[in-house]
Amino acid sequence: MERVIFTKEMRETHTILIPTMLPIHFHLMAQIFNQHGYHTEILSNESQAVINEGLRNVHNDTCYPALLVIGQMIDALESGKYDLDKVALLITQTGGGCRASNYIHLLRKALQKSGYGNIPVISLSFTGLEKNPGFQVTVPILIQLVYAVLLGDFLTLLSNQCKPYELHAGDTQAMVDRWEKKLLDDFSKTKIVRYSHIRRFYREILDDFASIPKSKEKKVRVGIVGEIYVKYSPLGNNNLEAFLLSEGAEVVVPGLLDFCMYCVFNGMEDRRLYGGNFLKSTANGVVYQFLLKKQKDIIDIIREHGVFAPPTPFSTTVTLADPYISHGVKMGEGWLLTAEMAELIHQGVNNIICTQPFGCLPNHIVAKGMIRAVKEKNPDANIVAVDYDPGASAVNQQNRIKLMLANARKDI
Amino acid sequence: MLRVGIDIGSTTVKVVVMQDEELLFRHYERHFSQVRQKTAEILREAAGIIGKEPFAVALSGSAGFGLAKAAGLEFVQEVYATGKAVTYFSDGVDIVIELGGEDAKILFLTGGVEERMNGTCAGGTGAFIDQMASLLDVTPEQLDQLASRHEKIYPIASRCGVFAKSDIQPLLNQGARKEDIAASIFQAVVDQTITGLAQGRAIKGKVAFLGGPLHFFKELQKRFSETLRLSPENALFPDLGQFSVALGTAIYAAESGNRLTLSELLNKIESAKSDTSGSRHLKPLFENEAKYEKFKARHAKATVPHKDIASYSGPAYLGIDCGSTTTKVVLITDKGEILYQYYGSNRGNPVQIIRDELIKIRTLCGDRVEILGSAATGYGEELIQNAFSVDAGLVETMAHFRAARFFNPQVDFILDIGGQDIKCFQVKNNSIDSIMLNEACSSGCGSFIETFARSMGYEIADFAKAGLFAKNPVDLGSRCTVFMNSSVKQAQKDGAGVDDISAGLSMSVVKNAIYKVIRAHSADELGKHIVVQGGTFYNDAVLRSFEREIGGEVIRPTIAGLMGAYGAALYAKSLRLEKSTLFTLDELQHFTHTARSVNCGLCNNHCALTVNTFANGRKFISGNKCERPLGMKNKEVLPNMVQWKLERIRALTPKEGPRGKIGIPLALNMYENLPFWFAFFTELGFEVVVSPITTLDIYAKGRYTIPSDTVCYPAKLVHGHIEYLLDQKVPVIFDPCLAYNFDEHKGDNHYNCPVVAYYPELLKSNVARLHETRFLYPYFGLHREKDFVKKAAEYFGQEFSGITKAEVKKAAAAAYAAYAKWKSETAAEGRRILDWADQNHRQAVVLAGRPYHVDPEINHGIDKLLNSLGLAVITEDAVSDLVEPQKVDVLNQWTYHARLYNAAKYVTTRKNLELVQLVSFGCGIDAITTDEVRAILEKGGKFYTQLKIDEINNLGAVRIRLRSLIGAIEERDAADGKEQN
Repeated sequence: MERVIFTKEMRETHTILIPTMLPIHFHLMAQIFNQHGYHTEILSNESQAVINEGLRNVHNDTCYPALLVIGQMIDALESGKYDLDKVALLITQTGGGCRASNYIHLLRKALQKSGYGNIPVISLSFTGLEKNPGFQVTVPILIQLVYAVLLGDFLTLLSNQCKPYELHAGDTQAMVDRWEKKLLDDFSKTKIVRYSHIRRFYREILDDFASIPKSKEKKVRVGIVGEIYVKYSPLGNNNLEAFLLSEGAEVVVPGLLDFCMYCVFNGMEDRRLYGGNFLKSTANGVVYQFLLKKQKDIIDIIREHGVFAPPTPFSTTVTLADPYISHGVKMGEGWLLTAEMAELIHQGVNNIICTQPFGCLPNHIVAKGMIRAVKEKNPDANIVAVDYDPGASAVNQQNRIKLMLANARKDI
Repeated sequence: MLRVGIDIGSTTVKVVVMQDEELLFRHYERHFSQVRQKTAEILREAAGIIGKEPFAVALSGSAGFGLAKAAGLEFVQEVYATGKAVTYFSDGVDIVIELGGEDAKILFLTGGVEERMNGTCAGGTGAFIDQMASLLDVTPEQLDQLASRHEKIYPIASRCGVFAKSDIQPLLNQGARKEDIAASIFQAVVDQTITGLAQGRAIKGKVAFLGGPLHFFKELQKRFSETLRLSPENALFPDLGQFSVALGTAIYAAESGNRLTLSELLNKIESAKSDTSGSRHLKPLFENEAKYEKFKARHAKATVPHKDIASYSGPAYLGIDCGSTTTKVVLITDKGEILYQYYGSNRGNPVQIIRDELIKIRTLCGDRVEILGSAATGYGEELIQNAFSVDAGLVETMAHFRAARFFNPQVDFILDIGGQDIKCFQVKNNSIDSIMLNEACSSGCGSFIETFARSMGYEIADFAKAGLFAKNPVDLGSRCTVFMNSSVKQAQKDGAGVDDISAGLSMSVVKNAIYKVIRAHSADELGKHIVVQGGTFYNDAVLRSFEREIGGEVIRPTIAGLMGAYGAALYAKSLRLEKSTLFTLDELQHFTHTARSVNCGLCNNHCALTVNTFANGRKFISGNKCERPLGMKNKEVLPNMVQWKLERIRALTPKEGPRGKIGIPLALNMYENLPFWFAFFTELGFEVVVSPITTLDIYAKGRYTIPSDTVCYPAKLVHGHIEYLLDQKVPVIFDPCLAYNFDEHKGDNHYNCPVVAYYPELLKSNVARLHETRFLYPYFGLHREKDFVKKAAEYFGQEFSGITKAEVKKAAAAAYAAYAKWKSETAAEGRRILDWADQNHRQAVVLAGRPYHVDPEINHGIDKLLNSLGLAVITEDAVSDLVEPQKVDVLNQWTYHARLYNAAKYVTTRKNLELVQLVSFGCGIDAITTDEVRAILEKGGKFYTQLKIDEINNLGAVRIRLRSLIGAIEERDAADGKEQN
């Protein structure tokens, strides 16, 4: 099977479709690409048809996220909304030892089978696994994508801390929507989004969210960790956040930036463990410091502002893994997943839902395999592992989560 | 104030009324999905006791959740409620084990409170026991009685119902005693509870056993007590155990339940609107009766002529299909007309049923009709052949193919859905081109619908009929049976009727077949002339669903369920025998049959054998994986690289060394890396203690510490090996983490899979006993020799005083040399077998998987089975260097998996070589490799055969697959021969 290249000409003519995972983050990121001359669109189709297309097109033993992402793309192509000669697809590829690096190939096979073999598929990878002349993630784009992640994490963090307590239902979501729009509009005014430019919004955002009228009621705080897609995507986790909110809990979800920093960190760790290219490792070190600094800015301002709880600095998160697991575990979410459980407990969030696709390989080790050790060191930890899968029934999942919540409420 | 606790589980409703600690009323009843009605009914019964005053009430249970939400009543999670109830039963309870209809729970009350429920992939519960009882054709009560008379216990995979069924069904067909199977089923539930729930925490102290199944099944109680070695005072089986959740709910109600009068409560329950938004609906199967009549008329045309046996005289041919759940018998004339037919459930004892049928047939035949040939097929083929001296046996796939071809010579696709199996074949050039069979985890077949029908109180025919005109068929998805149970539960809660569920189940069986087994993308891929058969297609709802899903018309012969037997009869005819050896009427009347179970002691597999003895003293042994117990000593020994590898591992003899002992678990990649580490540590002056080749005992030793029940079986085995080494009291255990494997330059990268790479991390956190020793699990990259020496010198220098860099360098050199030698010897052995096959004109098979698939506990003796079928066995690593690295359509980034692609390519270059891929259940990476391996093989004109393996011990299905493969090869070669002539 020959790979269809995304050519320079296509950059002008083609719309690039991107599957969704975290709506705020992804919309901001799409906007960055658009400013650099691409035409991107984040997919939002989420019906049962998505799952059906996935089942039809992907080997059923493949992980659930692959099934959803590929199903979403094919469902979009079948919708008739797009000119099929002028559309391309984009998917991420980490290149790690997990099978997720193969999603792109499974997607291509599915397209071939469905008669869409002519549609180019772009690999969004920071290790340069595949090259396309028409699509290049340059350093400026990369840096601006980081800003999008920063802002996405920031808005999500504040939203999670406001939503369960808002006195008028819908206030928080309206605030999130307003800021998302405002940022998108602001981005579009200039090609290059500068850091100094977005930084000046921080305070304003904090003030706005702080102004939402909230109750002082004490609620159960529930952390969510897990495989990145099912952790974040409502499509992947049966609307887990909405369910928790309806059960009267406050949701705490570690940000996407942590995952980015984890990837960079692993690049440095690899050389320490096995030897290898000095330059590559040094470059990773530079990026790592850059990200740490950016995260610190946000933490500092939240702390200074004094209303909301800031995220844990990544440098601390790293050390929190130490009692449990080596930083050498780098496939899938690797040591970060275990570290995030420890981090949540460190923040006082003892109730944790650990999400994964059914049969997720790395999570046998880093999630289910570490729960015992985490509980041993933190007897108050209240952790439940939940598997997601096209056939898993919501009743079963919710019943297990309710058990966790029943135990959580004992402490209130 | 009175306290009322209502516990609505997946299958039953439990209601209790309490006055303080006193229990005034209790009721336990199955609800058959009529949740609201049943609950209200029971409450009305209690009206006299409850009176008119307000009382405290709360709901619990998996079905109680939905009702509580809809009715606005207080809900308490059932495990939480159980915790509340424990003190009611006894003081000083340390652990509670509660089994429900579909949930299993464990509560640790002392030494760190912890509560757990079974994961989604676990079925060892009440519903599972019911399902198994119906498989044995007994009531659950009878199952308990049977079990009390058991003599032995068979290993039955305990992970979920589907797996257990795969183990039980063949046992039944081989004639194992029902008593023993019944006890084995209970043992499986016990094992599942311990592995799935305890996950490393010891079950000791005072244990209370609660919930319906543990209350009703005395034998289950006994199995628990025995397995956990609990003394009577520590094993608590309270009389009211089945009411524990309801009691706990009542206690909870006193604190935070609703305060209502009975009429208010009834009003709330009965007026509760079911929330239907949770279920998705599909289009009805038929809009009206007229459409259905047209459909029926079309299919009625596909028929076979019948002839009256009473008036016929002449030759006849007999076909017997002894399937997994049904028995089929057909007698035909020399023109293929049907003289006699039988189709029925084998009720756990096919031998008796077939004997009765044969007596009937022989009597009907009299002297007019002479049976000139007979053939048997299906799961029980060999048993039946031996029992009644049937002339021939043939593998069922070939029988089905014969029947379908007789029916429609142009047939190019056959789909057969039977009780237990889904089989599909594609036909090209008059021979079978590819065969697909369902795997354990996609077993949505006929017996699946039947079990559901029965559990809802319906006969299968009525159940199917109900589905035809369902207005809102529920979309149940297409997952495995266990998941389906939950989906059906959910649909029922959402108010779906029996008709909607029946139609929904039909569709999910069809979707399962198309998307999971056939893995087709569109109808065009299947073929132009599709024949569907198997008993399941008698169900018009299934047939209609299939036609709708593929968007076309298919042929369903009116004898859909008899096709195997019909094909066997045709085969018997084709033998052109002068005289049949089939038992005469007299012999049949004096026929007796006893079955006895023994354990074979001839090798490490310790197969559970069933010895069938017939009237004439004839014996038939089943359950064996090789020919040895059959006493055929003079059989030639065929080359078998799996055994060769095991021998080489056994031949590594430890040398005593000045640095003492170091233990290495023989599991996962150690099957390949052992020579490396063995040489390395021996050179460093250690005595290397390797755990032995896996046995079931070793697995049993370690299974208590497995935290993830869905991880692959090879990984689960590591736990036992570690326990073994701990028992040996070795001062150090070494098991490195290897993210990268050796770089063989076959692909884009050279990773290990995530489970293999980091399993030692999991061991450290879950095997509590590891603190008894020093557990070393450093990260190394063996692919960079220089860096390895550097890092290893640093590491071992720190861990062991006195180890110098020079020593490590020397040891590493020895290790790399030993590994290289090992690999070149492997290649040479492969070469030798290939040459042997060429010189002797024999067929060989590449048994392709991972290095650890040579473990006899993982492959369950498939290598020996291949030998017994006349095939030499080579492993994939022996041929993967014989071709250029393959370019594949996926990211080729795992060392062992890259070997598979190369091996497949090499197989296509040799006429006398085939490939069989072993896939461990739960191996996510093989979901990617299998399609590629298939593509490479099929492009090269070879068949693709995949065997999914797990804890399941029984090779019945594997044998059918392999024999089908051999049959298909023979047909293909015959067809090739014709073309050449």
